[in-house]
Amino acid sequence: MVTVERDSTTRADRLLRAARPRGITPTRGYRVFQGVNAVILTAVVVVTLYPFVNIVARSFSDQTEIIAGRVNLWPRGFNLTAYRLVMSDPMFWTNYRNTVVYTVVATAIAMVLTVCYAYVLSKPHVRGRPVLVGMAVVTMVFPPGLIPQYVLVTSLGLKNTIWAIVLPGAINVFNLLVMKSFFESLPVELEEAAAVDGLNTYGVLLRIVLPLSKAMVATMVLFYAVSFWNSWFTAFLYIDRLDLFPVTVYLRNLIAGATGAGNMGGTSDAVQSAATLQAVTIVLTVLPILFVYPFIQRYFVSGVMLGAVKG
Amino acid sequence: MSTTLDRPRASADGTAAPARARRARGPTWRRAIRRDWQLYSLAVVPLLFFVVFRYVPMLGNVIAFRRFRPGGSIFGEYWVGLRYVKMFLADPTFWHVFTNTLVIGTLTLVFTFPLPIALALLLNEVRTRAVKRFVQSVSYLPHFLSIVIVAAMVMQLLSVDGSVNQLVRAAGGEAIPFLQRPEWFRSIYVSSEVWQTVGWGTILYLAALTTIDENLYEAARIDGANRWRQTWHVTLPGIRPTMVTLLILNIGTFMTVGFEKILLLYNPLTYPTADVISTYLFRMGFESSSFSYAAAIGLFEALIGVTLILTANAISRRTVGTSLW
Repeated sequence: MVTVERDSTTRADRLLRAARPRGITPTRGYRVFQGVNAVILTAVVVVTLYPFVNIVARSFSDQTEIIAGRVNLWPRGFNLTAYRLVMSDPMFWTNYRNTVVYTVVATAIAMVLTVCYAYVLSKPHVRGRPVLVGMAVVTMVFPPGLIPQYVLVTSLGLKNTIWAIVLPGAINVFNLLVMKSFFESLPVELEEAAAVDGLNTYGVLLRIVLPLSKAMVATMVLFYAVSFWNSWFTAFLYIDRLDLFPVTVYLRNLIAGATGAGNMGGTSDAVQSAATLQAVTIVLTVLPILFVYPFIQRYFVSGVMLGAVKG
Repeated sequence: MSTTLDRPRASADGTAAPARARRARGPTWRRAIRRDWQLYSLAVVPLLFFVVFRYVPMLGNVIAFRRFRPGGSIFGEYWVGLRYVKMFLADPTFWHVFTNTLVIGTLTLVFTFPLPIALALLLNEVRTRAVKRFVQSVSYLPHFLSIVIVAAMVMQLLSVDGSVNQLVRAAGGEAIPFLQRPEWFRSIYVSSEVWQTVGWGTILYLAALTTIDENLYEAARIDGANRWRQTWHVTLPGIRPTMVTLLILNIGTFMTVGFEKILLLYNPLTYPTADVISTYLFRMGFESSSFSYAAAIGLFEALIGVTLILTANAISRRTVGTSLW
């Protein structure tokens, strides 16, 4: 009996990654655990936040201080030269504007398609519904493949247009299923009453269902907007004109120059002077996300939960 | 509209003959369309999207077995059989990147699957609500960042003048160009993956934890179980369905690993450990323009991925009764 207890304790121990002495009265042991837990969680917070603090510190620091390896939590040799440099680069602003445009257009299209399809799927009486659901779900299990997708987008003549970024990701099946299960949870009576009052399907969707789904629609908009805002690979793949890049690709080319991995190249001198520029670009790119984060976070959490319950 | 509806109509007419009886199995197709045509019309554009951007590329995988000419048909020119398959099976680099994929995939799974569970259990023990919420908010944050930003941060932290090397120097060591060293790549990749995903990964576990019946804990306490045994015998079984579901999902992404992040972080110096199937096929396709060869590799990768997820799902249905679908 004692061995069993010890055994299970050690296993739980390992799982929790919290050292805890054995054979101490529960209350004291629990207090020790709370202390250890506080230390671990503090460490989690510090480790999560440190990179952000470090980047901000570097972005305001003097080049020589960075190269000397003296910048950690606080800027050294405070100056705004790098900010001035990046912000005076017209290409940076062009690409930033592109990100905004791509995000808005892509999110709008994605929302229209997702809402329409989810609404159809949410109606149990629709004939052929299993086929319609299957059409979407299959694509989750069998991804289309990078090369064929590229060949298709190219042959459609979408390269170097906004559509190459917007269209291939227009419906996210996970979001679609979340939206569908939300529509299914709405009371049918309201829609039936509206139909009796003479509204057609489009009217019911626009004037009854969508107003009832405001919170859910907002969540979906955020899901799509954040993913389009953050995306870089589609643009990297399908766009090779500097003035059409989103800001994520701008940043990518900056860091690719630093490792010599990308096609931008760059001498080691240029790399060194790029250190602050990179930090500044990261800060300016991440700023909008950090700014809206406190407001959008809980919508995301509720969206994920809803998806998990029914998805 | 008629084209998208052709297939289901044909199959339904063939199989669902008894549905002719009124009210037996819903209306026939003709009546369904007459009644629901407005609904169906909403599905037309989304279906077009799925067909064009998902199913056509899926069929486009045939170029793995066909000669492909850039600018020619997206389905290739003529059949070449298994030429490209044989080619990559005989390609030592392919087996090299295959091994790398397995290693990085396994390491990622080993760390990013259990750590969110541990963090969720720890968070669950926090009694002060404000503290709990603060830690949660902070730990979710990296999830909202673009991979490019994460990669850029990794590079800044690990650069020769970065914080990590300052620690190394403070400990009396020599600065290490981490991203140039193949032996460091896996650690870097997995740590940054943990940094980005662990916090967000706790959400579903925390939700599952709140659904565990309080009476179970009380019963366990009456039976003399201390907190550890309560955790072991009540909490963990309580979140087991969530664990299994997420494990299956993790296994499903096993083969693709963090393609975008590796693409951003690796360089020719770290290829020996960093190059995985997806990055290799990316270079084959876009740097060497061997589209068919790359498509063959991609198809192989996808098949393994599908097999893995179906197997994991079948096993979990047999053993613990949890299944994705």
